[in-house]
Amino acid sequence: MTGRLVLENLKHRPMRSLLSVLLMGVPVTLILALVGLTQGLLQDSQRRQQNTGADIIIRASTASGVVNFSGATIPEKVVAKIEEQPHVKLAVGVLNHNIDLPLVVTGVDLARFDRMSGGFVYKAGGPFRGPDDVLIDEAYAAQTHKTVGDRVTLLNHAWRVAGIIEPGKLARIAVQLRVLQDLDAATGKVGQIYVKVDDPANIDAVVRELNALETGYKINTLEEYLAMWTPGRFNGVKEFTVVIMVIGVVIGFCVVCLSMYMSVLQRTREIGILKSLGATKGFILTIIEAEAMLLGVGGTVLGIIMSFGACWLVRTLVPASIPMIVVHSWWPLAGLITLLGAGLGALYPGLSAARQDPIEALSYE
Amino acid sequence: MSNGPIIETRDLRKVYRVGKVDVQALRGVDLTVQAGEFLSIVGPSGSGKSTLFHIIGGLTPPTSGQVRVAGQDLASMTDAGRTRMRKRSVGFVFQKFNLLPNLTARHNIAVARFIAGNTGPLDGQFEEVLGLLGVAQRLDHKPAALSGGEQQRIAIARAIVNHPAILLADEPTGNLDSENSKAVLEVLRGLNERLGQTILMITHNPEAAAYGHRIVNMRDGQIIC
Repeated sequence: MTGRLVLENLKHRPMRSLLSVLLMGVPVTLILALVGLTQGLLQDSQRRQQNTGADIIIRASTASGVVNFSGATIPEKVVAKIEEQPHVKLAVGVLNHNIDLPLVVTGVDLARFDRMSGGFVYKAGGPFRGPDDVLIDEAYAAQTHKTVGDRVTLLNHAWRVAGIIEPGKLARIAVQLRVLQDLDAATGKVGQIYVKVDDPANIDAVVRELNALETGYKINTLEEYLAMWTPGRFNGVKEFTVVIMVIGVVIGFCVVCLSMYMSVLQRTREIGILKSLGATKGFILTIIEAEAMLLGVGGTVLGIIMSFGACWLVRTLVPASIPMIVVHSWWPLAGLITLLGAGLGALYPGLSAARQDPIEALSYE
Repeated sequence: MSNGPIIETRDLRKVYRVGKVDVQALRGVDLTVQAGEFLSIVGPSGSGKSTLFHIIGGLTPPTSGQVRVAGQDLASMTDAGRTRMRKRSVGFVFQKFNLLPNLTARHNIAVARFIAGNTGPLDGQFEEVLGLLGVAQRLDHKPAALSGGEQQRIAIARAIVNHPAILLADEPTGNLDSENSKAVLEVLRGLNERLGQTILMITHNPEAAAYGHRIVNMRDGQIIC
């Protein structure tokens, strides 16, 4: 009966109920969008590293974070020296130059990279034919509306799109290593080195050998490196997420408090009727809280639906810059945050309703 | 009508504070109502009849004096105690019907049963009462789809569904035309005669008051005869 009473109350004022659900859904969408954004960026980057075919990654000694934007500080001769080590099958040096974060132009020796990774999968066009050729992945091509043969300006340099590659391997934008070294005045230098060993069983042994060279570079197995790609490794992301969650609780609290307070005012006489029938304070409070919870559930569901919409919109507009995803595992937490806000927000109106004098409530016009 | 008094008040007083002024709504009311009695209380506005109704119904405590309803001393009851009493011992019928507008007639009755802790099927006697009230075919309509007379009969059904010791009716015909008023009063009389329901009815209308076994007049917070 409580459920029917709650449901009928919500149905009786559909506009108020719908607006409340919509407003409660907004912070859910915000939370899920933020998480989807960070997780999407991480997963995309992890996938591109994973598909290089490398077993070990060597980064410059100055690489302070997970993402290496520390410039070209490793001499290319180090690549050759690493390749001389036992069990090392292949080493490929690359150079990264960030443009509009998180977009990066990667300079790569295509022939060596093809040997390591099996090569890019070309959706259109093909490999570099000249020094000004660039390969772009499908997401970047969609974002910039470029196709094979088009001109694209990057790093104040005009490039010709030679090929469009399948996303998910090393880079979104790849140019020839030598050309990028020249542009960056980093001839003979690379930013990081991917290493492939002859047998996965030898990975740890090779890492030990490379560390024994005392180069000072950061040497990790690819597995270790990928494990570093967590939101917590990015400064401020965790704190920013917490702030958004707190804002979600506050918005949920305010929306429900206002909505339920208005509802209690409008239903003063009905509360008086229930009291005349012997309804306890607890019963009245339960009805108000249950209504708020139902609004919270509705807000969560709508927020999740809207997060799909937000994800679709972002992936349509900027698929390369923001590879947003929908993170299902965050749905329960987003729902809990909303319900917490709703429950707290309904407390004051619920207690006000429960404390109402039945005679005054019954005479309310 | 028998079995001794079901309502007894002695020197019942109620003082309301309105701003900085004390208003004496009841000034020593002595009243005895026998079980099964149909009592009409008449009096002008401000005579204290609604206050008496609210105290007997457990909606507000008296300022002083004694009041016993169905064997329970209301004067010493807490707010929670009066709430418990309203669940089972008292049924209210109001001038403005006071049905919950969002619920059908059936659910308006059901909510009263639910609050009183009755969740089983309706008993046979109540089904008979619904027939007596003439609303059995209108139970699945919401109040807005019911006439005033139908709404008031549903309100009566709701008031007696938990078999209260007393039915308190505050101007039950105040918002009805003469035809519907007569129908509602006949229903009340029928409940009293067939089920022995004790009824306390407040009214301005002398014709309505005449349906009671006894008429009590109030003025200035006192019973005058």
